[in-house]
Amino acid sequence: MTVKELCGKCGFSAVTLPQEDREIKGCYIGDLLSWVMGRAQEDNVWITIMSNINIVAVASLADVSCVVLAEGVTLEDDVRKTAEAKGVNILSSPLPSYETAKAVWENI
Amino acid sequence: MSECLTFHYDVDGEDFTSAGQASVQVKKNLRRLGIPPEIIRQVSIAMYEGEINMVIHAGGGNADVIVYEDRIEIILADKGPGIKDVALAMQEGYSTAPDSVRSLGFGAGMGLPNMKRYTDEMTIDTVVGEGTTIKMVVKLR
Ligand SMILES: Nc1ncnc2c1ncn2[C@@H]1O[C@H](COP(=O)(O)OP(=O)(O)OP(=O)(O)O)[C@@H](O)[C@H]1O
Ligand SMILES: [Mg+2]
Repeated sequence: MTVKELCGKCGFSAVTLPQEDREIKGCYIGDLLSWVMGRAQEDNVWITIMSNINIVAVASLADVSCVVLAEGVTLEDDVRKTAEAKGVNILSSPLPSYETAKAVWENI
Repeated sequence: MSECLTFHYDVDGEDFTSAGQASVQVKKNLRRLGIPPEIIRQVSIAMYEGEINMVIHAGGGNADVIVYEDRIEIILADKGPGIKDVALAMQEGYSTAPDSVRSLGFGAGMGLPNMKRYTDEMTIDTVVGEGTTIKMVVKLR
């Protein structure tokens, strides 16, 4: 399943989708960046409530397929632009992390 | 050995908005060189953690990544406060990160353990009051 398909199926909204056809494999939930860095797997969906600029570098280096901002967390426009420029997909979910993960699990 | 390639970066100590840029650049360069993805991932993670540590704990520093035929070396050098107890700093969960950066998601005390875990060799040279140099090696198999 691609990031774009996941976005539609789960009812998430696209914040930026520079690589919408990236394939998804598994999911990791976390807000502490070094945990995500060390534990998230390549192509995972990364669910977090963190929205500062540093999530872009972490998503890019950990090579996750997309970031899903839970709890309806929004992004500053400069963060969105950086993500777009770096090819980092970011979605937004109105649900808390658990329900967001559940939606991913049911649709993946 | 003549067949090596060096990338050098100055890591800014103030700037959190561009923190991680050296690592992102290294990743790009290694991709261009056709280095295997698993190796790139190891180098990216280790270097990012080291780079961020220099930004948070040492006021910035220098990063060199040297690509040899059989290995990639990452050398991170700073003139920060040094690490008093390296064994303690290496423990998962140990962190002196200030609240200002914890609110950004740093300070889990997992950076140094990640660096160790994702590299084949890691040495820390540190002198309190003078600075820290960390050398990591990822072997190309
Ligand atoms: N370059 C450095 N100069 C001085 N102290 C350092 C340096 N790197 C690490 N330390 C010390 O070692 C501790 C542990 O580092 P580590 O990277 O494991 O965790 P952290 O940076 O505090 O949090 P995290 O990496 O999980 O965001 C730091 O809190 C700091 O006290
Ligand atoms: Mg750290």
